[in-house]
Amino acid sequence: MDQPAIDVAGLTKSFGRTRVLDGIGFTAAEGTVLGLLGPNGAGKTTAVRILCTLLRPDSGRAAILGHDVVREPQRVRSLIGLTGQYAAVDDMLSAQENLYMIGRLLGLRRRAARRRAGELLAEFGLSADAGRTVRTYSGGMRRRLDLAASLVGEPRVLFLDEPTTGLDVASRGQLWDLISGLAAGGVTVLLTTQYLEEADRLAGRVVVIDHGQVIAEGSPAELKERSGGQVIEVRPARAEDLPAVTRLLTTITGTPATADRDTVAVPATDPGQLGAAVGLLGREHIPVSQIGLRLPSLDEAFLRITGERAR
Amino acid sequence: MSAVTQTAVIARRNLLHVRSDPQQLVGMTIQPLMFLLLFVYVFGGAIAGSSRVYIQYVLPGLVVQGVTFWAMQTAIGLNTDFQHGLVDRFRSLPIARSSVVAGRIAADVLRTGWGAVISVAAGMAFGFRLHTSVAGVVGALGLILAWGFALSWLMAFLGVSLRSAETVQTAGFLLVMPLGFASSVFARASTMPGWLQAFVKVNPVTVVADAARGLMIGGPVAAPLLKSAAWLTAITAVSWALTVHRYRARA
Repeated sequence: MDQPAIDVAGLTKSFGRTRVLDGIGFTAAEGTVLGLLGPNGAGKTTAVRILCTLLRPDSGRAAILGHDVVREPQRVRSLIGLTGQYAAVDDMLSAQENLYMIGRLLGLRRRAARRRAGELLAEFGLSADAGRTVRTYSGGMRRRLDLAASLVGEPRVLFLDEPTTGLDVASRGQLWDLISGLAAGGVTVLLTTQYLEEADRLAGRVVVIDHGQVIAEGSPAELKERSGGQVIEVRPARAEDLPAVTRLLTTITGTPATADRDTVAVPATDPGQLGAAVGLLGREHIPVSQIGLRLPSLDEAFLRITGERAR
Repeated sequence: MSAVTQTAVIARRNLLHVRSDPQQLVGMTIQPLMFLLLFVYVFGGAIAGSSRVYIQYVLPGLVVQGVTFWAMQTAIGLNTDFQHGLVDRFRSLPIARSSVVAGRIAADVLRTGWGAVISVAAGMAFGFRLHTSVAGVVGALGLILAWGFALSWLMAFLGVSLRSAETVQTAGFLLVMPLGFASSVFARASTMPGWLQAFVKVNPVTVVADAARGLMIGGPVAAPLLKSAAWLTAITAVSWALTVHRYRARA
């Protein structure tokens, strides 16, 4: 059997009296994208820092492609790439100089380092700005450069710690495409994120952690299913009907419905409730522009999973 | 790929910073001039009777003092790298642990060399006269840079140990002020009260300044040189060990 690219078991880490990791464990097969999901302070970043040899665990085991992060840190470092929460690039150098520097540090000869930098700049759409000081870059450009910098050594396992936090929608989409491309090229990716949409879009498997423990894992679809059935969603044609629709759906399902700007949603306890809703709306002469059953979003699933734990 | 090459790559990176932040060099050019003017022309007459006499005594020491102050850049620069996450990137690469600090120090010593040469040149323009050989001056500058190198390791330890840039600045200043001023740089130890003499005489800045003075204008060289060598070796060895240890352990 192939060894997992990332293999973590019983990992613990405390800072002072705060237990940040409380025996977490997960694996990622080679060539897959694993999403590590959790609220702020759940221990995501600490887990990544241990896997990247920046931090030693108190106990437990963590290995990258079979190499223990504590016993063989240099071996692990030669296999991984890291893009942290803060773009770890040199502001005062140009993009080209940043990538060239990493290449030289990794042992590439001058010409090879220059070539590799050029390839990555082209791939990440930075060629036109390659000579500019990074200080003048936009947030999205910096993140792209940061990702490029973590790829100079052609890592087999890539760690992305909240790679799109703080980015605008366009930059986020761009970064997502780049990450999908890398995964398609066979790189194993561990991605931490608070954005469920991001995990949904990129990760084949998701591990949800909270208070330093794994509280759920599976594919995004499984997590959505597991967090309880389908959702009835109704969009009334007139905004003033929102309260009436909310009341009506609450009566039918016996669960409080929630309304946002233009849509009311409620978990369905029985698929027949959709028909009941259609009938009742018709009888009350409330025109609707959209009505249907859907799976809960990963957001709803996540809130339900973490909420259950809190209780 | 050896640690030496990695150190050189990091040093190059730090030297390239001068290009986007030329103030670094401007400061190192103007500050020695200001100190020279201040001490030679404002205090010189009062201390030595005439500024022309005083510049002969004070110039070698002023260069040592400048280098002492500039070493703080190592502490501040390393601390900034840590805060910007850049060190995380370096630490996640399969490179020698010491190369990030050593590269920074190499670059800082080179920059310091610029400031030291400017100081001596400015001193000559204001009337400082060498009384020894060219070899003496080169030797003095070499010793002064070796002092900068040793002190930079100590500063590196502060830079990686302390959290905030402000704390680093304060700690560096508290270290550098007594070293730079409670020394033989501005006046001979024999003119000071006994309790102060005790400190001034063992202060590494004193022994380095005495040796540099001997090498540039004549006087005893062997004894201060030997003491300097002892100090520099001790400071470098201890600070190097502490810094690498802290660098490895820092979360």
